[in-house]
Amino acid sequence: MDRRRNFLPLAGFLVCLLAFVSYFVLFYRFPVTRDVPWANWLLFALGLGLVVAGVRRPFRQPERYRGRWTGATLALLSLLVAGFFAFVTMVGSRQLPASAGAPKVGQKAPDFVLPDPSGRPVRLYDLLGGTAGGAGGAGGTGVAGGVGRASWVVLIFYRGYW
Amino acid sequence: MAVSVDPPQVTQKHLAKMGWTYTFLADPQDQAIRRYDLVDPEAGQGIARPAEFLIDPTGTVRWLDLTDDFRVRTRPETVLATFDRLAAGGGTGGGR
Repeated sequence: MDRRRNFLPLAGFLVCLLAFVSYFVLFYRFPVTRDVPWANWLLFALGLGLVVAGVRRPFRQPERYRGRWTGATLALLSLLVAGFFAFVTMVGSRQLPASAGAPKVGQKAPDFVLPDPSGRPVRLYDLLGGTAGGAGGAGGTGVAGGVGRASWVVLIFYRGYW
Repeated sequence: MAVSVDPPQVTQKHLAKMGWTYTFLADPQDQAIRRYDLVDPEAGQGIARPAEFLIDPTGTVRWLDLTDDFRVRTRPETVLATFDRLAAGGGTGGGR
C-alpha cells in the first residue's frame, strides 16, 4: 500500500483560481483581453483539464493514487469558481439602466458646469467651438465662430470610485 | 472630457496615477449624470453607467455609445475614426 499523493486536482484548482483573479488584476486592463475574457477561459480550460485528469487517476488506478474525495471536492470547487466567473462577466456586468432619457444623436447635449480637479468650474459649452451660445445659438456653423476654432468634445462618463 | 461621481480630490489623485491629461470633471451631486439620465441604480452611490458622447461644435450629439456591458467600452480608435468620418462628411466645420 504505497500509494502516491495526487496533486493534479489541487494544481487544477489553483489554476482555476488564477484564471479568476487574473482578470481583475491583469487582463481587465487591456481591451483585447477585457471585452472578451478569452485569456481567462483558456486558463479555466487548462485548470479544469488538470482537475478532470486528477479526479480520474485515483478511480482508474486506485492501487497507485490516493485522494478520491479530495479530488472530487476540488473539482466541485473549481467548477464553482468557473461558474462564478461566467456569472460575473456575462450577467453581472450587464445590469445597466436603460437610460431612455439620455440625449440621442441629433439632439442637443445638455449643458452643465462642474469643477475640475483644482476646483475650477468648467462649462461644457465653453469647450465647444465658437458658437457656444447655449440654447438657440446653433445658427452658426462652428467654423464661422469668432475664435475660428471648431472644437468637438468627446464626453465620457465613468463609473468612478477608483 | 470626462465626468465621474468622485469628488475633485479623488479625481486629482486618479489622474496623477493614470497620467491622464484631459479635462476631468467631478459630479458628486450627480447633476450632469442625472441630466443625461445615466444614474446606475444597481451600482448605488450615484455612480454613472459608462457612456460616451461625441458632441459637435454646435452642441449637437453626433454619436454615442451606451454600452450594454460595463466591461466593454468604446476604444479610442473607434471614437477617432467616427470623428474623422463625421467631421469630413458632416459639413459641420471639421476642425480638430
